[in-house]
Amino acid sequence: MIRMSATFLILSAITLIGACAAMMLRGLVHCALAVAIAFAGLGTLYLNLGAQFLGLAQLLVYVGAIAVLIVFVILLTRGGESDATPLPQVALPLTGLAVAGCLFAVLAWAVFHSFAVHRAGTQATPATVRELGAVLMDSYVLPLEVIGLMLTAALIGAVIIAMKEKQDTP
Amino acid sequence: MLDQMFVLLKHWLLGYSPAVLQPAVSIFLTILPILLVFPVLFALTTVLERKGLGRMQNRYGPNRVGIYGILQPMADAVKSLTKEDIVPAAADRTVHFLAPLVLLAVAFVPYAVLPIGRNMIAANLDAGVLFFFAIGAISELSVFMAGWSSRNKYSLLGAMRAVAQMISYEVPLLLSSVAVIMAAGSLSTVEIVQKQAGFSGIFPHWYVLTPWGFAGFILFMIAATAETNRSPFDLPEGESEIIAGYYLEYSGFKFALFFLGEYLGMFAISGLGITLFLGGWSAPLPFLTWVPSWIWFFAKLLGLIVGFIWVRGTLPRLRMDQLMNFAWKFMLPMALVVVVSAGAWRFLGQGVMRWVVSILFIAVAYVLLARGVETRNRIAKRTYRFAE
Amino acid sequence: MTPLAGCLLVSSMLFAVGLAGALTRKSTILVLVGIELMLNAANLNFVAFWRFGPHAAGSTGMIFGLFSIGVAAAEAAVGLALILAVYRHTKTTELNQLTGGPQ
Repeated sequence: MIRMSATFLILSAITLIGACAAMMLRGLVHCALAVAIAFAGLGTLYLNLGAQFLGLAQLLVYVGAIAVLIVFVILLTRGGESDATPLPQVALPLTGLAVAGCLFAVLAWAVFHSFAVHRAGTQATPATVRELGAVLMDSYVLPLEVIGLMLTAALIGAVIIAMKEKQDTP
Repeated sequence: MLDQMFVLLKHWLLGYSPAVLQPAVSIFLTILPILLVFPVLFALTTVLERKGLGRMQNRYGPNRVGIYGILQPMADAVKSLTKEDIVPAAADRTVHFLAPLVLLAVAFVPYAVLPIGRNMIAANLDAGVLFFFAIGAISELSVFMAGWSSRNKYSLLGAMRAVAQMISYEVPLLLSSVAVIMAAGSLSTVEIVQKQAGFSGIFPHWYVLTPWGFAGFILFMIAATAETNRSPFDLPEGESEIIAGYYLEYSGFKFALFFLGEYLGMFAISGLGITLFLGGWSAPLPFLTWVPSWIWFFAKLLGLIVGFIWVRGTLPRLRMDQLMNFAWKFMLPMALVVVVSAGAWRFLGQGVMRWVVSILFIAVAYVLLARGVETRNRIAKRTYRFAE
Repeated sequence: MTPLAGCLLVSSMLFAVGLAGALTRKSTILVLVGIELMLNAANLNFVAFWRFGPHAAGSTGMIFGLFSIGVAAAEAAVGLALILAVYRHTKTTELNQLTGGPQ
């Protein structure tokens, strides 16, 4: 008996259609826009599940920054111009689809044979921003500092890798 | 009573609807004022802007339609509705059609977290300020969609410049709001306004009246001007530079939708600036609290709009590299210093000391950074060059 | 089917779609997009268990999701910078031409 709300079904349909379109469309920019729809759908799914801060952070970071970054790189590498190649594009596309299909079958089997189908525990966990802040400064302060360091390193690394090299003119 | 006029009206109307439909009717009645008031404000602002710019440029603005040209928006609406909708043959039709719709949807949503009056907010989210910025970040994608789908090199160039500018100025915008969030201790806009609603003597507790708040407000407003592509940051849509940038290939109603989206974004971000720094709906002086709260909000909003128009008429346009330098090399470090200064303000007790320390932080950083930007990344003594 | 099972199925489907895309598409950028979809599917798993499942600490799932978003952003930035650098040298982003495999 399906006891999920209509909003959840609609939002997950949008997310899955966006993801499938992102992996199947021909033009690169269309794929990038479809994956932005998938990210936005996921953000609204998080909001539906009650994770307010996480959903808004997903919208801000993924749709507002990562999707835009993907689009920029597509344009900088002239990806959108020459998309005349038809769709099975690698040597053995069916292998990839078969692998993904098997993986999904295994995961679905695992879900249906677990406690998840029987027990529907709904915990009323308050997730205010104040609590998140307290926990971040209290038990998770080490990951917080490490992720700050890692983001700085990634920022500097990305800039150095993508910088134009100085021309060695004789 | 006058203050809660709209809330009482909504409850009265809600009493007339059947009980099973009440949630839907309540939501509808909450959204309806936003959908009615802000487009009317947009119409008024177009007239105000054209007349104001005209006067600043020593000419009359439009003055043919109605007394002093006040019915000009009606003429504009008729024109944009009856113009032929031209779509270029090489354009990507789906994305070309969707871009103004996405922009408009994303422009209306942030109004849900702005407290327009006491108890007058559409959605009292726990993370309201974050909601505002998340939705604002999505509008960058719609700008890109508009520029790319036209298959026109100039639109694409305008779109790339606009997106780069919006991303660069998002960081100082977010950082200057972090200073306010830190001082108020909450991301909820209602709580931020309530923290500023008190008075000490004759001065209100607005954050703009503190040193870090003043600097933060200026940074926020500069970043807001850049985020909404207003002059002097309007290189992506400058009329003399790139014709019209990313909405070049749009005609008729879609162009009007882009215009509407841009102005709505301007109002929304001014509304957020008012909520964060200028005390939202609270009155400036303690003996003026009898004036309804929503009147104060709209008065402050009109003040900021007049400020935007004034700046547009006065300052010349910034070039792209000057714009990016300004964002990354001046505004970002300045915003970080404002955050530090806000922290110092909070942790030093009441008294003269915290004023001195905050002002010192901001002044020293400003002088060093301004010299740095000016003299091409060398912080040096000011040199003068004279013509021979 | 409980809401938890529904969420887990959606996240498994998303993961499978991301994996299929990463394995079958020719452009490096789309492989990266597939990887991002897989990361997002795992995040959805975390949030589903935070909301519906039994857990000890109150907000571990959400904190993990938050850090995962941060790490994914850094990884996307560095990966796309690498793609740009490779494009500058070899003027292509197609995987066939980059590895020297069958054209």
